[in-house]
Amino acid sequence: MLRIEDLQVKIGDRKILEHIDLEIHPGETHILFGPNGSGKTSLLMTIMGYPQYRITGGKIFFKGEDITNMPVNERARLGIGLSYQRPPTIHGLKIRQMVQICGRGKEVDPQELAKQVNFSEFLDREVNAGFSGGEIKRSELLQLLAQDPDLLLFDEPESGVDLENISLIGRTINHLLQRDMRAEPGKSMRELRQERKKMGLIITHTGFILDYVTADKGQVLYGGVLTCASNPREIFKCISEVGYEECVRCAT
Amino acid sequence: MRDLDDKALQAKDKRAEFGQDIDLDAFQAEPAPSPSSVEYQAGSSTLSAADKERMILSGIEVSGVGRAGSFLQKNSTVLEAFSRQDGLEVMPIREALERHPWVRDYYWKLASVDADKYTAQARLKLHNGYIIRALPGSKITYPVQACMYLDQEGASQHVHNLIIAEEGSELHIIAGCATAAHVRRALHIGISEFYVKKRAKLSFTMIHTWAEEIVVRPRSVGIVEEEGIFLNNYICLMPVKSIQTYPTTYLAGKGAVARFSNLLVGSPGSEMDVGGRIFLQEANTRAEIISRAITNGGTIISRGALIGEVAGVKAHLECRGLILKGGTMHAIPELEGRADGVEMSHEAAVGKIAQEEILYLMSRGLSEDEATSTIVRGFLNVDIPDLPPQLKAEIDRAVGQSDQEMM
Ligand SMILES: Nc1ncnc2c1ncn2[C@@H]1O[C@H](COP(=O)(O)OP(=O)(O)O)[C@@H](O)[C@H]1O
Ligand SMILES: [Mg+2]
Repeated sequence: MLRIEDLQVKIGDRKILEHIDLEIHPGETHILFGPNGSGKTSLLMTIMGYPQYRITGGKIFFKGEDITNMPVNERARLGIGLSYQRPPTIHGLKIRQMVQICGRGKEVDPQELAKQVNFSEFLDREVNAGFSGGEIKRSELLQLLAQDPDLLLFDEPESGVDLENISLIGRTINHLLQRDMRAEPGKSMRELRQERKKMGLIITHTGFILDYVTADKGQVLYGGVLTCASNPREIFKCISEVGYEECVRCAT
Repeated sequence: MRDLDDKALQAKDKRAEFGQDIDLDAFQAEPAPSPSSVEYQAGSSTLSAADKERMILSGIEVSGVGRAGSFLQKNSTVLEAFSRQDGLEVMPIREALERHPWVRDYYWKLASVDADKYTAQARLKLHNGYIIRALPGSKITYPVQACMYLDQEGASQHVHNLIIAEEGSELHIIAGCATAAHVRRALHIGISEFYVKKRAKLSFTMIHTWAEEIVVRPRSVGIVEEEGIFLNNYICLMPVKSIQTYPTTYLAGKGAVARFSNLLVGSPGSEMDVGGRIFLQEANTRAEIISRAITNGGTIISRGALIGEVAGVKAHLECRGLILKGGTMHAIPELEGRADGVEMSHEAAVGKIAQEEILYLMSRGLSEDEATSTIVRGFLNVDIPDLPPQLKAEIDRAVGQSDQEMM
């Protein structure tokens, strides 16, 4: 489980996140909405442990451990994985090698994993060098497939992706979150759901992802404050119809 | 030859255009041995295991396994010079100058004796050096190795090399220069002249393995004829006191191509002034200079100059520097177009490793040190097209070794 308690974050002297409380239980996936600049990326980077997001109050727990001050790589090893909105380019490092790094000790077959996200031709390309928006997203998902974390953070996984690839992205996210489990004879939906352990937090701006991923809960981040816990489709409908400002007002 | 000596005498105190001035008298130059026709093949058996270790760092396999030919010189003495393939000639230059009149058509024809005191010294006190030649149409499939080894404290070594790829031939050379592990102070002067004839392909990969007090002054000039390809790779990742080199190549035939790649690591107290200059003199010639330099506390000056003399040429210069643990990095890229319709560009960047890149890799599970060394390795991992896999492997090995030294 991920538990965030009264989290306050600053970049430099500027308040970015204020009094955030959030719980994601095993098997749950949450959707995070919010206008540009509201702090969505900051929240994910803080959970991942980026030091420039300075925690000035509150705590983060994961799998029962207090990770508030844990370095990034230890959080990764504990099972947190992030699909970046705008990852940096690493010159001279091939996607193939990056997939091995993500697999860390596990037997991973870059070829096989790349096939799943239609990325086979990119295995010998430098990580993120000259990638289009959609290619970046597929590269990120490929890395997560190799990493196989328990808590998956997706930062706008569908932005910049063409229509052709959007269902591929959606299906892959479902797979990573164990939401592609098929009904089996002798197993109830409830049992299937209980077997699901992966946790997800997905930032979406466009809402497209909702057509592919069924999420348990939606929330809106507005001006660094988290509000509107509700059904994600309802929230999205509200935002589309009356805009964030109205939507947040009706909730409080 | 007389007037070459005269010119050399006049230039014997002439400072070089770049690099700190070196007092040649501070080093002992062994007298040049008289050229003889000894049987070289057995010569390398005098090398110790420690010598061989050092040579391996520079890509030299003393056993000669996987090599089409080999040349090995220790101090002023040639230990071996042989070819295993038809169409390939490997010989000591002093012997060749005596025996083969054609050598005079190449010797000091591109490099100038009076360029500076180092060229003059190589003329006046020539120890030896090699000629490696691929005959017309010969494809020399395995690399040819050439090693200059120094194992005398305080000595200076002066060599002159001719590398000739005749029409339609293909030749790959790995040139390793190294000092014995116990040698601290020495001077190496090497003159190299490269001739890449019509439709020939030459790759020359030089790996240097020196020590903290070694001074190095290579001087090289090349010419590439119509549709010839010349790849020149220089790798110096181990400590050195001072190295200054500025190889020049003339693309003198239509469609000729030259690609220079330099990989440098500057350790504390070292000064590296390494560049490359390519003249594009005919239509459709192409040139590229790529340099990757890391300083760990040393001073690196990375020069690159492209001169487009006629229309329809294409050239690119890429100069990246990383300051890892202090030091100075000075990138000096130069482009000079002398005609309409030249297409030339450059890209230079000097900086430290981006924290963002380290964190990205850490978020995939690497420790900070692992992330840093992955980025450094990637930085030095330049894709060199057309380079045979054996040579790529030697470069990777050198990079892997330096990575251990740096961290
Ligand atoms: N490195 C930074 N320095 C200063 N301000 C930043 C930095 N990164 C983000 N911000 C600011 O923090 C706020 C939240 O940004 P972000 O988390 O990226 O929002 P979102 O992802 O919701 O668009 C914005 O106002 C943004 O300008
Ligand atoms: Mg964002």
